[in-house]
Amino acid sequence: MKNLETNYPNTWCPGCGNFGILQAFKSIIDDKNKTVIVTDIGCNSKIADYINVNSFYSLHGRPIPTASGIKMANQKLDVVVFTGDGGSLNEGISHLIHAAKKNSDITVILHNNRLFALTTGQYTASSPKGFKGKSTPQGNFEEPLNTLELMMASKASFIARTYSSKIDHMKKIINEAINHKGFSFVEILQPCVSFLNNIQFYNERVYEIDEPKSIEESIKLIKEWNYNGDSKIPLGIFYREKRVCFEEEINKIANV
Amino acid sequence: MKDFTILVGGQAGQGSRKAGLIIAKIFNQMGYNIFIHEDYQSLIKGGHNFSIVRVSEKEFLTHRNNLDFILALDNETFLKHENKLNKKGLIIFNSKKTKTEKGIGLDIDQMVKDLSCPLIMGNIAMISSFAKSVGVEWSILEKVLKNELNREIEKNLLIAKKAYSETNQFIKIEKLKTKKSNLLTGNEAIALGAVDAGLEIYSAYPMTPATSILHYLADNSKKFKVSVSQAENEISAINFVIGSSYAGKRSMTATSGGGFALMTEGISLGAQAEVPVLVVNSQRSGPATGVPTYGGQSDLLFSLASGHGDFVRFVASPGDANEAYYLSGVLLNLAWKYQSPTILLTDKELSESTFEFNPEKKNKKEKELLWDKKGEYKRYSQSKNGISPLAFPGTSAVVKSTSYEHDEKGLSAEDSDLVVLMQNKRLRKFEEMKKEIDKLEAVKVYGNKKSNKAIICWGSVKGSAKEAVEELGIKLIQPLFLQPFPIKQMKKALKGVNKLISVECNSTGQLAEVLKGQGIKVDKQILKYDMRPFTSEDLVLKLKKI
Repeated sequence: MKNLETNYPNTWCPGCGNFGILQAFKSIIDDKNKTVIVTDIGCNSKIADYINVNSFYSLHGRPIPTASGIKMANQKLDVVVFTGDGGSLNEGISHLIHAAKKNSDITVILHNNRLFALTTGQYTASSPKGFKGKSTPQGNFEEPLNTLELMMASKASFIARTYSSKIDHMKKIINEAINHKGFSFVEILQPCVSFLNNIQFYNERVYEIDEPKSIEESIKLIKEWNYNGDSKIPLGIFYREKRVCFEEEINKIANV
Repeated sequence: MKDFTILVGGQAGQGSRKAGLIIAKIFNQMGYNIFIHEDYQSLIKGGHNFSIVRVSEKEFLTHRNNLDFILALDNETFLKHENKLNKKGLIIFNSKKTKTEKGIGLDIDQMVKDLSCPLIMGNIAMISSFAKSVGVEWSILEKVLKNELNREIEKNLLIAKKAYSETNQFIKIEKLKTKKSNLLTGNEAIALGAVDAGLEIYSAYPMTPATSILHYLADNSKKFKVSVSQAENEISAINFVIGSSYAGKRSMTATSGGGFALMTEGISLGAQAEVPVLVVNSQRSGPATGVPTYGGQSDLLFSLASGHGDFVRFVASPGDANEAYYLSGVLLNLAWKYQSPTILLTDKELSESTFEFNPEKKNKKEKELLWDKKGEYKRYSQSKNGISPLAFPGTSAVVKSTSYEHDEKGLSAEDSDLVVLMQNKRLRKFEEMKKEIDKLEAVKVYGNKKSNKAIICWGSVKGSAKEAVEELGIKLIQPLFLQPFPIKQMKKALKGVNKLISVECNSTGQLAEVLKGQGIKVDKQILKYDMRPFTSEDLVLKLKKI
């Protein structure tokens, strides 16, 4: 039996979507020794304390370069980043874009709760327009980023979206992402029960897609929901391609 | 005493730097000691760049003000430097660009045209003409050109032959019978020093004057077995190498002041997570963008305090290429011994100048403390000396490293007793680091060791200072390590000194400030902040006035 428990007291809010993500991830770990999780700072990143696998609890915004460095050092490891919209769409967005472009052979799981939660509710690049946070009491006037569109433009070789209330869907998607050779990006829509509880909004709109067969179809599905509007919200794998990986190529040059 | 100085200048893109290197290699072949100082502007084409090559029978580490030869690829070189030419000096110039009665005018444009060669090859004509005029044998010139040029060798040799045959010999510089040594820039020595101490992964973002470490390692990735990559910014670079070290590979990054500022959060992370990492900070003038392709020593206090939080990091500063090699190896080994960030603090003058390279001994990888694989692995296990055995992911250990304060296993900790317990563990480690300094060669003394008058300097100033003290018969003290401060060795070096003069390339006297903190009073300060290095002549003049 793999012992994945740390017995560390869990401090997520009751009903938080993170519990589902933790459960889904634990269930798909097949080789504990070769798994490394690299986390940001924020509610999502507390997962490092809650799961007994190799972990590097990185700085805010920086888990992605840390993860690439780990992969460069040992290509046999499965390196999985847990980050949030605050960590990787705000503080560390450059690292997200460049790791995708390099096709760094890591998996990035972005818990998108669409605000800074641990700092008690400020807007991020993913917050809905009009969001009233503590730094925007009159309402956020910026348009939210379409995360998947950003990843498509950044040349991510695997792009997927899932939802924290759908455990089986998360398991399937995360497993596919980890098995993908190259940069895999998984956005998990995750309601924040304390500051932005959009469970009902998501429940009414999400639907599962079949994997698109053309890039045109991928782009169409990625654009279906603009993170503001009232449209349906597609879940699933939107795009996948085979491309040379950053760490493998660099290590090849060094002949290591 | 055979000791002469050659300046090669031209616009960026005319190949003056390459010409300087070829001239240096010619005299290196003839058994002379070499130093090359590089001066260039922040532009790609045009402007005014020059190399000063000093060639001498004696051992030395710096260039001089007065020139024996000038090779002027353009007229600006002639206008700017002609006044520094010694009375018996010789100038070789492009006769289409410069009008003067003295020296040798070469119509290099025509020469290049006649042989249908690209204009840049004019520098080869000038080198060749110079070589002939000082009596360098054709065979030596030919050998060096073949070694140094990697494109269109035949055409270059054709030009060289023509210029050689069309020039008269003026003097004869004799060959010496001394042993030839390698020529290396400070940055190359830093890279090599780390490679010999087990470097495996390098990541960096380009920034003058640290960039040539990236170039050198990328060029030699296969030979050195180092995985070399360019990061999207310095923050990425340091977090990347921290990741690599966590996973068990020896890693390094390098930058200059501005990039180092961005890296400081990573240095702090290294201290908290206890991850080994070597960071090279090659100083250039600041604040901010400053004068980007010129030097200075303005980051000492910044480096000593780099990274938020309460911790000690090793900071060492080499004074020449041999020390750069030695210290980068020592610092990489110390990073792994103490699981801590270490900082190699250098500057433009050391990074980009070319030196004789003949280290006393080869660096080697010293083994780090590894987990004995007994019982449950705890990344931050308590120990007497504060050092916890290392294990890496991919083995039977669960390795939890973290930027948070943590317990022994690496799980986050906020409890007041636990926080103190873990800080005490690191404090014990810092005590060991202080003891380590006493075991290393951390302070060097040169010149007249009995003199009661001494100058104290750090980093590349050593070159000019060493030559100046030898001329004046006084003492020179050079701390190699600046944190932890080698107080015991410093006190020993200061014995018998009643007049202490600090020499630094900054405007606020940062070393003097550090010394003050150690209870050491500096009587006089010589400070230079025009972003150019001291020459020994400058220093002798200033010291004579004190």
